[in-house]
Amino acid sequence: MDEITVDVAVNGRPEQVRVSADVTLLDLLRERLGLTGTKKGCDQGACGACTVLVDGRRVVSCLTLAVQADGREVRTVEGLGGGHPMQQAFLRHDAFQCGFCTPGQVMSAVALIEEGRARSDEDIREYMSGNLCRCGAYPNIVAAIREVAGR
Amino acid sequence: MTFAYTRAADAATAIATVSADPQAAFLAGGTTQVDLMLKDGVVAPRRLVDISRLPLAGIAAEAGLVRIGATATMEQAAADPHVTRGLPMVRDALLAGASPQLRNMATIGGNLLQRTRCRYFRDPAVDHCNKRIPGSGCAAFEGVARMHAILGASPACIALHASDLAVALTALGSVVRLRSDRGPRSVPLTELYYQPGDDPQRETVLRHGELITEVEVPLPPQAARMTYLKVRDRASYEFALVSAAVCTIVEDGLIVSARIALGGVGTVPWRAWDAEEVLRHAPVGEASFWAAAEAAVRRPFTVPGTEFKVELARRTLVRALRVTTEHASEVLR
Repeated sequence: MDEITVDVAVNGRPEQVRVSADVTLLDLLRERLGLTGTKKGCDQGACGACTVLVDGRRVVSCLTLAVQADGREVRTVEGLGGGHPMQQAFLRHDAFQCGFCTPGQVMSAVALIEEGRARSDEDIREYMSGNLCRCGAYPNIVAAIREVAGR
Repeated sequence: MTFAYTRAADAATAIATVSADPQAAFLAGGTTQVDLMLKDGVVAPRRLVDISRLPLAGIAAEAGLVRIGATATMEQAAADPHVTRGLPMVRDALLAGASPQLRNMATIGGNLLQRTRCRYFRDPAVDHCNKRIPGSGCAAFEGVARMHAILGASPACIALHASDLAVALTALGSVVRLRSDRGPRSVPLTELYYQPGDDPQRETVLRHGELITEVEVPLPPQAARMTYLKVRDRASYEFALVSAAVCTIVEDGLIVSARIALGGVGTVPWRAWDAEEVLRHAPVGEASFWAAAEAAVRRPFTVPGTEFKVELARRTLVRALRVTTEHASEVLR
């Protein structure tokens, strides 16, 4: 089948790529654009490790076709630059152990704050439930998000 | 294995393109379709027609109903003022489903048409699945089952319809607007789905190439109280073991009307007509609630792994009825 041209802005930088229809946004980011910060966990929409923002909304990039991101703006963990307040808070609160889920946790948390849903610890837990952490760093993740939310 | 991808310019083109190709399918949010195609490998359309950017995402209220566009995402619908104000049970059912990431992708039409989560259906290594391979048997009926249906099930298939949203919409008597190359039509949600019988491959009345364009949800009267109660293995981000969508109107301690649907138990979103009949003009109270619960789960079709759902469904319904009639019974006391 023919390849399709996809125009996508990744962390503010315009990219044009040719992909076949069955390439996911996750594989486009990691394999074609070399942005390996976004992690492939379950690769089936269950764990949240591949969370990125598309036009400001958090999605799982493993179930998003690259062609569906055509014309969209994608933000990945690389776009946070390392010094983002949420990344700093994760460091301060030791909100990870192995770190594999962390890029997805951080992107989801950034979106959570922008959605205005970090009003209580209960809300943080509910609206972060799409990001699993097998090391069980949940209490520290909640603490990091609580701090950035200014509560 | 790859496939062709096109983005439809308008609904008519999308419908014409899919109708013309028996191996084409619509693509909306993709949370089911991409999963089944690329990850599970149990469906293989050769063409996807992307409808996610069509102007079918509007949500509006008019004389007694809310119209929810089929390509509105679950998050958009859950945040819409018409839904949050007039249909809190629908909002709660939406937010009880999936995760924020998936709800930002998944659409209302796609949610209604999501395929079963039965692991035997979703595993191509399993040879016995009448839904995938007609006449091959049912590995869930023969083997280990838990997240499966006890109502509307048959020895040929016990696959569950796992949507929360569809349960709330079913209780409220929603109607699905469809469009095909033969024109538009309306189908009550209670008539959209087929129970498996001996032909589990047929799941809905939709013709190939027919598109859901919107869902019409009747607004209950001001006096109505509603709740969506979901019981599950984890506090969040988990499918229902059992759920109950209940909308009641109570006057002077009597139940004037009750609308009830159950989730987590049916091969289709399960409207509990018999339970509603039991509650009509019945006094608010435990005796009425338990009589309704008995009527709601009559003649269940269970396997060893799903027997617990019979009692759990009854208790869940009773709890939901307590919630919606709570204020009324306080007045009685």
